[in-house]
Amino acid sequence: MEYTKPLAEAENDVIEEFSMFDEWLDKYEYLIELGKHLDDYPEESKNDDNLIKGCQSRVWLDYEIRDGRVYFKADSDAIITKGIISLLIGLYSGRTPQEIISSDFSVVDRIGLKENLSPTRANGLLSMIDKIRAIAADNA
Amino acid sequence: MLVDDVRKQFPALDRKVYGKALVYFDNAATIQRPLGVIDKWNEITSRSNANIHRAVHRMADEATEAYEASRNIVKEFIGAESREEIIFTSGATAAINLVAFSFGEAFVKEGDEVVVSESEHHSNIVPWQMMCQRKGAVLKVLHVDDKGCLDMDELDSLLTARTRILAVAHISNVLGIVNPVGEIVRRCHDRGVKVLIDGAQGVVHRKVDVKELDCDFYVFSGHKIFAATGTGALYGKKELLDAMPPYMGGGEMVGTVRFSGTTYAPLPLKFEAGTPNFAGAATLKPALEFAMSLRNEEISACEDAVKEYMFEKLSGDSRIKLFGTPDDIGDKIPLFSFCVDGVHHEDLALILDKMGIAVRSGQMCAEPLMDRFGVTGMLRASLAPYNTMQEAEYFIGSLDRAIGMLV
Repeated sequence: MEYTKPLAEAENDVIEEFSMFDEWLDKYEYLIELGKHLDDYPEESKNDDNLIKGCQSRVWLDYEIRDGRVYFKADSDAIITKGIISLLIGLYSGRTPQEIISSDFSVVDRIGLKENLSPTRANGLLSMIDKIRAIAADNA
Repeated sequence: MLVDDVRKQFPALDRKVYGKALVYFDNAATIQRPLGVIDKWNEITSRSNANIHRAVHRMADEATEAYEASRNIVKEFIGAESREEIIFTSGATAAINLVAFSFGEAFVKEGDEVVVSESEHHSNIVPWQMMCQRKGAVLKVLHVDDKGCLDMDELDSLLTARTRILAVAHISNVLGIVNPVGEIVRRCHDRGVKVLIDGAQGVVHRKVDVKELDCDFYVFSGHKIFAATGTGALYGKKELLDAMPPYMGGGEMVGTVRFSGTTYAPLPLKFEAGTPNFAGAATLKPALEFAMSLRNEEISACEDAVKEYMFEKLSGDSRIKLFGTPDDIGDKIPLFSFCVDGVHHEDLALILDKMGIAVRSGQMCAEPLMDRFGVTGMLRASLAPYNTMQEAEYFIGSLDRAIGMLV
């Protein structure tokens, strides 16, 4: 079985990565790159059940449980949102529900994304996090 | 007055966002406030904060004078016949809701018809839908063509013996097109149909004379024309306003109140229930005076040059689909809504924001129009007389760079 870094460590890595960018534009350029490389999301899973409300853009989030771990899949019609999704999936996918619930998700705050995204966007982001949390809680 | 002098009146234009000089291109949503307006607001709130129309003390007099002085200016600004025809509201939306309710109560019966255009702001659709539901009336739609212009041939077939009122924007908040409101009023009046004009964008970019237009109602918001938020005005012909019942009850809208029945105050107070936003309304005077001071050849020439540059660049770019393209650019204000092939409007707005540029993205409160053009949203750059050619050039360059990042 492949080694998965403890969640807290993985979160710190992301925070450190973002701290290297001085310019907001560079952070967004990085998010755009992440978004472009997000794994394909199956068209048939783009249904209303998986749709997250609260974003100007649309976000779909689906998951499956394998060997007691939650694997997330997601997509959006906007590339920056896809980048944020990619970031979250990178952190939380493949972990046990308990691990996910144990996170305070402050990583989003600490890389400055929440303050920088407009309220409607932040709400979308929060909805995304709420959904990840809810999925983990349901399967704990 | 030159554009540089105009800019000096706006403290907000001096600020930076993310360390970059602010380029404010979201003026159709809210325009920035000049010093005269800020000073008036401060003066009322710090010196003359007293409830208007009631008390006999000095502070109340001052507040009342400032409030009523704004009514005089609004009357002059839009060319109304009398002060009684000017009702203060919290904005264009509130004004339309007032008319939809009170006109509906007075004049609309089951089976009657109301017409709105396809390019209306939600605020000029939903109040009419609500009224139609309440009265059992039918809402009909005047469509736009691919350029965004109203289908004037369709208009005549839409108007029937049952049509009571037509509501249309003077200038579309998405397309920036100046609608032929004079012609619309003439044709509607020929058929006995009343007309409400949503002037939220109109008063900002065109000189309005309601007597010449002969419209029955004209509404606008203060915050789009330099005044404080939560202000606005409804113009209505006196005979219509007199025949309409009050919208809200209480406060200064009464004559005498008995449990056996209440009589109402004469116009305009009949429609101004409760303590109005008197500090805000007082700023309409400096705001509209400022707007009038900008109406000179020099400023207009600058504005037109910037508009033509933006239009040329955006309409000439094969990656960009610009909406609202009348044959004569004179029929368009400096407001540009567009989509970029393969790029989400929200992504573009976020990147432009990081470049210091404020634009609007999304449905622009006009979902039916988004559906008409088959898009989920657009990006909108809307300019004011204080925006410069330099800013427009920076915008075009930044847009190109942002598209490059996203595709």
